[in-house]
Amino acid sequence: MSEAAEQVRMIDLDPETTPIEDIDVSQRELWSENKKWDWFRRLRKDAPVHFCQDSEAGPYWSVTRYADIMEVENNWQVFSSDPTIVIDDPDEDFELPMFIAMDPPKHDDQRKTVQGVVAPANLKVLESTIRSRVQNILDSLPVGETFNWVDRVSIELTTQMLATLFDFPFEDRRKLTRWSDVATGGPETGIVESEEQRREELYECLEYFQRLWAEREDTEGGNDLISMLAHGESTKDMDPQEYLGNLVLLIVGGNDTTRNSISGGVLALNENPGEYAKLRNNPAVIPNMVSEIIRWVTPLAHMRRTALSDYTLGGQEIKAGDKVVMWYVSGNRDETAIDRPDEFIIDRPRARQHLSFGFGVHRCMGNRLAEMQLRILWEEIQKRFHMVEVVGDPVRVPSNFVHGFTDLPVKLHPL
Amino acid sequence: MPKITYIEHDGTEHVIDAELGTTVMNAALDNLVPGIDADCGGECSCATCHVMVDPAWTATVGGPGETEESMLDLNPERQDNSRLSCQIPVTDNLDGLVVQLPEFQF
Repeated sequence: MSEAAEQVRMIDLDPETTPIEDIDVSQRELWSENKKWDWFRRLRKDAPVHFCQDSEAGPYWSVTRYADIMEVENNWQVFSSDPTIVIDDPDEDFELPMFIAMDPPKHDDQRKTVQGVVAPANLKVLESTIRSRVQNILDSLPVGETFNWVDRVSIELTTQMLATLFDFPFEDRRKLTRWSDVATGGPETGIVESEEQRREELYECLEYFQRLWAEREDTEGGNDLISMLAHGESTKDMDPQEYLGNLVLLIVGGNDTTRNSISGGVLALNENPGEYAKLRNNPAVIPNMVSEIIRWVTPLAHMRRTALSDYTLGGQEIKAGDKVVMWYVSGNRDETAIDRPDEFIIDRPRARQHLSFGFGVHRCMGNRLAEMQLRILWEEIQKRFHMVEVVGDPVRVPSNFVHGFTDLPVKLHPL
Repeated sequence: MPKITYIEHDGTEHVIDAELGTTVMNAALDNLVPGIDADCGGECSCATCHVMVDPAWTATVGGPGETEESMLDLNPERQDNSRLSCQIPVTDNLDGLVVQLPEFQF
């Protein structure tokens, strides 16, 4: 971390008049205070491919327009996912290889090993399980008193789902939630006190999953994620660090993301009462609304690539070795690609055209599961409640990667 | 205008007149044929416009290109005659084309 990065705090400056070269959209406060939007609008307008000289994560390029993000997504030959897909560089002495942070062909081989579990054919089998879980969760909620929707619904539902996909001991499922939080949050987020504590907890995760692997590696035909990894040609000989890396990928991918779309959807409907009314009058809009929620929330704010060769993007000269950050959160608000992007419109035409799942070979593998969970949740909410009312200020995750909420106080109003 | 037949997984047929110069994907969207999501809008980047070309037509339509192949390869429901319909331009040669739609887009 450099001194300059500490001295200039974006949150104190004016997004319209700050010299373009001083802008650093990665600063944590912009995210915890939800003040990043005007900065991204400025970048899209004045410097859509923008170089930040100095930040907590070092120098990096910001790509903020939809079309430019697509260009980067579609060129994995130049824009590599190795060694990591987040803005912060990996620790050299604690590398976690995972297939999202690999390029073809190894990426493809490992992904193909596990993706069947979240492919639509398997989801059809899972639908009734998901629905009964959702029903149980909603029926156990207190009516008329204030509670944290994030904990009681968003985390609970996604964690139960993840436990099912791993065939993980159900009573221990909150360990998955904890490991997901620990994996994406260092000491600066307050989730752990030190980097040592973070590693210790991740090794506990590894040990736990190594026991499950050992139980399953001699049994053929298991269709849970651990059995698939233990038997897959490209994954059965992974070393422990690579096993842990891929576990982190699957845990975070299945947990932090849908969790925040569940919370963010409730908030968006409260902020747009006209849209909430549309939903009440026409539940058939739910599948379209789900896509709009996923665009609106953009639960992962960015993905990072590393340039393998020089490349001109939007007139800017990106050099081999440069860090390139695709800000999905900005591309999903790009006025040149999306009609009225700053409005939440649940019956928006072509709502599926958003960047939240990414595009190209790294496109989100669990996207259909995420959509299904959200669809079933909203179908069941509408059968029970006139309104899930937000009654206090949401608390946001202080991260420029996981774009979401830790607290959303709500009160339920039955039909 | 070339006629194209889309057959849904349940056997429902949709016969449409496609404009020359469009793609098999856009022809489906323009004529409200269900079962093609086209999330990326025709950029060969999402594989949600997956179709299986009728065996009588595979030689005329041809096989996938390199980028298309890399996207199809990640689809567990991929068949030998699979194509991404955004990558098939509508030409006079394709008058009468028949494509099957998969049960799910992924």
